[in-house]
Amino acid sequence: MGVGIEVINLNAWYGTNHTLQDINLNIPANHATALIGPSGCGKSTFVRCINRMHETNPIARATGIVRIGDLDIYKDAKPVQIRRRVGMVFQRPNPFPTMSIYDNVAAGLKLNGYSNRRSLDEIVERSLKNSALWDEVKDDLKKKSGASLSGGQQQRLCIARALAVDPEVLLMDEPASALDPVSTSKIEDLIFQLKSQYTIVIVTHNMQQAARVAEKTGFFLNGRMVEFDSTHKIFTNPSDKRTEDYITGRFG
Amino acid sequence: MNAKVPDIHISQAQFQPEPDSTSGQALAEIAPAEPSAVRKYLLSLGSSANTDRAFAWLMLLCGLSIFAIVALIAFELVVRSQLSLHKFGLGFFYQVFTDPDTHMQTFWDPVNSYFGARPFIYGTLVSSFLALLMAIPLAVGLAIFLTEMCPKALRGPLAFITELLAAIPSVIYGLWAVFVLVPLLREHVNPLLIKTLGWTGFFDDTNPTGLGYLSAGVILAIMILPIISSLTREVMTAVPHSQREAVLALGATRWEMIRMGVLRNARIGIVGAIILGLGRALGETMAVAMVIGATPEIHRSLLANGSSMATVIANEYAEAISDIHLSALTEIGLALFVVTIIVNALAQVLIWAVTRGTPAQTR
Repeated sequence: MGVGIEVINLNAWYGTNHTLQDINLNIPANHATALIGPSGCGKSTFVRCINRMHETNPIARATGIVRIGDLDIYKDAKPVQIRRRVGMVFQRPNPFPTMSIYDNVAAGLKLNGYSNRRSLDEIVERSLKNSALWDEVKDDLKKKSGASLSGGQQQRLCIARALAVDPEVLLMDEPASALDPVSTSKIEDLIFQLKSQYTIVIVTHNMQQAARVAEKTGFFLNGRMVEFDSTHKIFTNPSDKRTEDYITGRFG
Repeated sequence: MNAKVPDIHISQAQFQPEPDSTSGQALAEIAPAEPSAVRKYLLSLGSSANTDRAFAWLMLLCGLSIFAIVALIAFELVVRSQLSLHKFGLGFFYQVFTDPDTHMQTFWDPVNSYFGARPFIYGTLVSSFLALLMAIPLAVGLAIFLTEMCPKALRGPLAFITELLAAIPSVIYGLWAVFVLVPLLREHVNPLLIKTLGWTGFFDDTNPTGLGYLSAGVILAIMILPIISSLTREVMTAVPHSQREAVLALGATRWEMIRMGVLRNARIGIVGAIILGLGRALGETMAVAMVIGATPEIHRSLLANGSSMATVIANEYAEAISDIHLSALTEIGLALFVVTIIVNALAQVLIWAVTRGTPAQTR
């Protein structure tokens, strides 16, 4: 089951570039939350701060408080511990090309030394079923490599890989922007099903996508969070003029 | 990193048509009635087709000369080794002779016209194998350090010095080995090896000179280190950054990220780099000739004197005492030529297999 995320005064930098400024929000547990905004507004940086991937770049840094459940991730934990609890799906599908489909899904578990063979099989099957890929790959789990799948299948494989470690939070950084419309709608269906079990944070350029999958939506602009509210309110009756301009297509 | 680079976003404004500045009216005013001097000159020129064609042929010739050079080398080696090829056949590569007078076994005795390549093949293989054994861990470690962990300020100088190692002439390595490495091995390392590992039979104390397979292996290891290391670095850099992020996001430590996200993806290319290093080690002549001991014998002990294929050619070619001696040396050269060509081709294919994709985003 997922947990909520509480963000207090989060600031982030790339070198001297102040990419996130004083972000405050509460992301509810077991719901999907969408982050929208024009390119370069900081929404990707924001999700990367939630699993401390942001700081893997040597010139990047972040300050503030991010609580995942009860854990203050910048104070009380190391990045490795956080990333075991927070799964991430990237913009471009990045399965491991030298591993079989099975090994791709099991990668996170094997990495962390989980080697109970029987339950590994079960987890791989469950994860692939949860990511709606099982029926398409069940016959060549160990025969085909992760790179032999189509782009949309690869992305669902990456979701299965993230789900296999049973994360409390699932971060998705524009998970469908590199995919065709059919694959995109499969990913959206998936998010719809998964959000009852996981806390999902999805960054998207596609406002219809946000409207379709998320209960809550946050609008980012120039490193600040302009508005955060229920998706319905953001898209029908936003409080801020800039939000309205963006969703009606007046800029961006 | 994705977020650092702002996405290029094309706004509508940029697609507005440009104002039509060159109207027909303006053009007519600018154009003179008579063609200018420049226009007349350019009109008087021909099509230049002949010079262009000649240039194309000349360049083609340069390109084809590569094939010609390789073919000529192979041809010459085959022709000049005819005598030995006919007399010994394939037996050349394994035969052993027994001297009728002394009943001693010998592989190579130019005075009595015994010619067998076995000790040289053995020496080449053993010294190259030792070199790989020592160079691979060091080179891969160096490459990992340089691509994944090295502070930026140190990366440039370290990579530069590594590449410089490859530029040092091999005779300098040989001299350094004779004056520094061999005495060091003789005084300190060899006695230790004999004492601790003597029971394996690979280290015995019959040879007090310090020259031998091990010395050759160590100097070769140093010589092939830059090749393996810089190519390994290249294939590791070619692994996309997204692979590293994928592993990190699963909760990997840095070492796990390097193992699963980088080495695993680069392994074919690393094998290629190793094989290329092997190619260099197989053919290396001067430095090995100075430290291997130049004895056409086969010994189990790595501390014993031996010889290698390249070494025996360099040592004996100028003073060959008979036509068959010359021919036998050429045949060794032919064998070395074929083997190194194959090894290098294989290596290039493996490296290409990894680096042909898009390079990783560098930060």
